[in-house]
Amino acid sequence: MTSPTRPPRTSADRLARLLHLVPYLLARPGIQVTEAAADLGVTEKQLREDLELLWVCGLPGYGPGDLIDMAFDGDRVTITYDAGIDRPLRLTPDEALALVVALRMLAETPGMANRDAIERALAKIESASGDRIGAPLEVRLPGTADRLARIRDAVERQRALRTTYYTATRDETTERVVDPMRVLMVGGRGYLEAWCRRAEAVRLFRVDRIDALDELDEPSQPPAEAQPHDISDGIFQPGPELPLVTLRIGRGARWITEYYPCESVRADGEEWLVSLRVSDLPWARRFVLGLGPDATVVAPPDLVEQVRDESAAALDQYS
Amino acid sequence: MSRPRTERLVNLVTCLLSTRRSLTAAQIAATVPGYEHDPDDPRDHEAFQRKFERDKAELRELGVPLSTGTASAFDVEPGYRIDAREYALPDIPLEPDEAAAVGIAARLWRHAGLAAAASSGLAKLRASGIDVDPHATLGVEPVVTVDPAFVPLTAAARDRRVVAFDYRVPEKDAPTSRRLQPWGAVCWRGRWYVVGHDLDREATRCFRLSRIVGAVKATGKPGAYEPPANVDLISHVARWSGPLEHNGRATVLARPGRAAGLRRWAKETTPGPDGDRLVLAYADAEGFAGHLVGYGADVRVIDPPEVREMVIQRLKEIATRHEVAAHL
Repeated sequence: MTSPTRPPRTSADRLARLLHLVPYLLARPGIQVTEAAADLGVTEKQLREDLELLWVCGLPGYGPGDLIDMAFDGDRVTITYDAGIDRPLRLTPDEALALVVALRMLAETPGMANRDAIERALAKIESASGDRIGAPLEVRLPGTADRLARIRDAVERQRALRTTYYTATRDETTERVVDPMRVLMVGGRGYLEAWCRRAEAVRLFRVDRIDALDELDEPSQPPAEAQPHDISDGIFQPGPELPLVTLRIGRGARWITEYYPCESVRADGEEWLVSLRVSDLPWARRFVLGLGPDATVVAPPDLVEQVRDESAAALDQYS
Repeated sequence: MSRPRTERLVNLVTCLLSTRRSLTAAQIAATVPGYEHDPDDPRDHEAFQRKFERDKAELRELGVPLSTGTASAFDVEPGYRIDAREYALPDIPLEPDEAAAVGIAARLWRHAGLAAAASSGLAKLRASGIDVDPHATLGVEPVVTVDPAFVPLTAAARDRRVVAFDYRVPEKDAPTSRRLQPWGAVCWRGRWYVVGHDLDREATRCFRLSRIVGAVKATGKPGAYEPPANVDLISHVARWSGPLEHNGRATVLARPGRAAGLRRWAKETTPGPDGDRLVLAYADAEGFAGHLVGYGADVRVIDPPEVREMVIQRLKEIATRHEVAAHL
């Protein structure tokens, strides 16, 4: 599980942390300082500095009985006077929005466990935020809920799977045994991340291309070197080692620039010159043929010939 | 922030939360430690005012509801206080499984600004006494991300402000300027859209957020329009990019062991001496023909003649274009 990347702490962060520390401790009398620090994601030293600062703050008068007070019992701390900051601040519109959108995504993800708890949490957060969310939001994700649920169960039971998988880049269907690691939804699509024993590598399998699935009677055992992909920049991140293909495309094929990561897109009159990295040339050949008269290969020359020969061979079948 | 400044701000918050009457800047300066100055010395007083302005801005940025008013009809100086009911997070009685779901939701964000907002929102829930199991999982992790236009558009929809933006559709050569009364946002099949009333087209329109170029500018006053009651946002997007009925039927001959991508969708497969006959369902003949051409010589269309002709026509054009290209 990856944690969201946090921007550098700003001065406002410390003030917010201090204002929330009092109600946090108030709700947990006698909590260990180490436990609170770990829970709040700060060092013990930082937390002790925060407590020292709060100790000299309080209500006008600023004498004993006005200042925030706390009792220490060994490593344990209890707030004995809160000076009126006994509750955290309300959620800001952005905070409410961020929580509600993510909960909606969770609730709408096909095959999700415990959807009921997500819906209940969503309703409570929405009602507590009132008009702060304001903008109506709707989320609908497509999906093969049954298949996702089956895969999720197998991942939870930590079983190896025998799958029949369609690899679009090679246009072939293969059987492979995989050791599941996690299930993801990215851009409305479900993926199983698993160690593939056939490829001896971690692979992302699109759930809608898993044509058959058998849970094996052996545990899922990804080897120690199996690391999950970093998907922050998308599922397909073509590296410079992949072949670069340049196409001249007409208006009807411009959609490809929205669906595939392109290295460059250049207008040339009515037409666009588009360069993109492809996993292999046979895939590029099928891709270009599928685009039809809206696309002509500019480079590499091998691909020009492959497309020409394949279209000629296909035409021969009709003569 | 320096320790004295943080200390001063915490004291400012507790002071303004505890007061029933609004306090003027002078009263605050005389009460809260850190604002001591000589009000008769213009330079000293000006320094105080600057400091106080910065502090107020800092509190407001944090979401502290600092209200301005006069303490009584006789006062001319504005006074300040914080209404505890406006300040405090209402009680949200989350069960442990609900809290776990919020905790999971908060870490799904892949958008820097909203990831930070989700974490600080979660921190508030925890501060209110809710314990969040950091190890809980729900089996499927959706990656939650939005386009840059999402935050300004949802803010404008919340405030009911008209927005202006440039919108680029790939089929068009240049972006067009659009003016919209945004009603809300929709995530449909993994993409985000905004739905609203297009002021230039005078009609309901959906825009894909990834096609918005540059900044979204909120123009005009808040509360400028009222979205229709009970508007079903999803239906507007779904109508616009809905699924198609696959009513067409075609028969193709696939070479043995080839065209795996077509075989997966075949309604029927009949093996024969020259390959396998596949019966396929399709929606739009032109798009389907394009798809079949992708399989090249691995596939030959038998029926219907319409699709067969389209495939032949496409193949001829591709062959011609690449015949020329090969000789360049």
